[in-house]
Amino acid sequence: MKLEIKNAVCGYGNRTVVKDISVSVRSGEILCLLGPNGVGKTTLFKTILGFLKLQGGSIILNGENVTSWTRKKLATALGYVPQAHIPPFPFKVLDVVVMGRTAHLLSFSSPSRKDLAIAENALETLGVGYLKNRIYTEISGGERQMVLIARALTQQPDILIMDEPTSNLDFGNQVRVLQQIKALVEKGIGVIMTSHFPDHAFICSGKVVLMQKNHKFIAGLSEEVVTEGNLQDTYGVDVKIVSSPGRAGETIKSCIPVLAGV
Amino acid sequence: MEAVEDKPEPVKKQYASINKMDRNRVILFSMFILLIAAIFISFIIGRYRIPVPQLLEILKGKLLGMPQTWPAAVETVIFKVRIPRICADLMVGAALATSGATYQGLFKNPMVSPDILGASAGAGFGAAIAILLSFNLVGVQLSSFVFGLGAVILTYMVGSIIGRSSNAILILVLTGMVVSTMFSSFTSITKYLADTDNKLPAITFWLMGGLSSVSTTDIKVLLVPFCLGIIPLFLLRWRLNVLSFGEEEAQALGIDTKTTRKIIIVCATLLTASAVSVSGMIGWIGLVIPHIARLLVGPNYKELLPASFLAGGIFLIIVDNVARSAFTIEIPLGILTSLIGAPFFMYLLIKGRRSWI
Repeated sequence: MKLEIKNAVCGYGNRTVVKDISVSVRSGEILCLLGPNGVGKTTLFKTILGFLKLQGGSIILNGENVTSWTRKKLATALGYVPQAHIPPFPFKVLDVVVMGRTAHLLSFSSPSRKDLAIAENALETLGVGYLKNRIYTEISGGERQMVLIARALTQQPDILIMDEPTSNLDFGNQVRVLQQIKALVEKGIGVIMTSHFPDHAFICSGKVVLMQKNHKFIAGLSEEVVTEGNLQDTYGVDVKIVSSPGRAGETIKSCIPVLAGV
Repeated sequence: MEAVEDKPEPVKKQYASINKMDRNRVILFSMFILLIAAIFISFIIGRYRIPVPQLLEILKGKLLGMPQTWPAAVETVIFKVRIPRICADLMVGAALATSGATYQGLFKNPMVSPDILGASAGAGFGAAIAILLSFNLVGVQLSSFVFGLGAVILTYMVGSIIGRSSNAILILVLTGMVVSTMFSSFTSITKYLADTDNKLPAITFWLMGGLSSVSTTDIKVLLVPFCLGIIPLFLLRWRLNVLSFGEEEAQALGIDTKTTRKIIIVCATLLTASAVSVSGMIGWIGLVIPHIARLLVGPNYKELLPASFLAGGIFLIIVDNVARSAFTIEIPLGILTSLIGAPFFMYLLIKGRRSWI
């Protein structure tokens, strides 16, 4: 499965936010979108998922243009992990996760035992099987994020689209979520995620699109794109990229802000 | 609600989920039994008391086509007065509660109901104007459906224009109140224009909310929109869970939200309008009953919708029994449901989670 975004123009109504962006992601690959607020990361996401109409260009899945696809068909290929939020009703976690089966069910049916088993399996895969009988509105933010990832996995999509999967999480949960994302990529799922942390691009070590003001963007591998110069251009702050040896002798890169001297 | 367990044993976990399913099934079954019991009791009590043996004898006789050995007056009470009224109680209560539960899921808002969204006031105005123009029963139904739907659409559109912020829940409620007030004023104008000798009393009496004058014909006319509204909702009920997570998530999960929402709004409003055109303004059922049902079986619409249906029917049958037999004169049903509903709503507000508002 390959998702290609070709010369996409995205925006709301008459307003264009993202111009002429081209990227692609395959199964087993991760693409990290970085960039300051308001640069159009969310707009691009919403366009890929079909919430917003494409203003120009094309989105191609396995060689097929998706504009004519039904919601149902699109949902079996693309899974969406929104930022964790609290719904108005206290659903059971398993009931939330099994909603991922919607695209696989007929309009008038509800999930079968098999669907529930797929949902439980998704929770187990992420190591949060113990949550299944808990109430979704009462678990922690990190757990909710895991549940939403499990829901997207239950959709059995080829590509996951994650909107700031680590936002509002404490440090430990951020790392745990990133670890699961990396594991999923290794299992062959394609991931597109947005992040505010350049470090996440290094941790996931895949493709990066650095979106800048005035419709510019830089795409490539994290090593090439996430550089001191590019980050300075994008965010307008001074940063240093440092390397240190990892546990297995590999190089771990990290991004450290340099605060102006007093 | 089941106890929340922290990492229980695998075997125990499995039991817990089986018990939960069984538990809901037992609750729904008990509610069904309660409904049958309520219907049975309703036959007996009233200003004209019918003793149980006589009731059983007549029902058995009618069912088996035996010759009439009982007073004709009793038969008239049972078949021309009690049966239509019990059927109306059941259908109106079930319709209002089901549409209320549906609106709450669709607008992902536990504070809405047919009354709050303006559906009732719109349908009320539609029915009042139809009475003023001397429409027949079907005309009253249609007119109340058209205006009820108009009111809901108006509330929803204005609400979503204003409420892009995080206060969407409260804004929808406030918009609904404004739209309701507007349609109530239209109804007042209708009353003002109505002939004081026959039309005005008819509209006023009907607006107070009651089922004392309901006839077999009313039931037959009510049955069609009732089925047209309730069947699609029951078939689509699991999807209401998904819709309650919001437009974008439902789309990403594979639901064509535009079409599904339209079908659901039309069906829920049809239910409300058909109920209002027969019973007048009976408030609070659509708000309070879904909450009670949620307390009993949880928020999953697979069980919540049947539970709301049953609870709505049981509630209105019982309240109507009180309305017609507690005092020597009949109390208007709408007054009783408000007397019970309003304090219960206060309780919900006090107890409710802060995230509701």
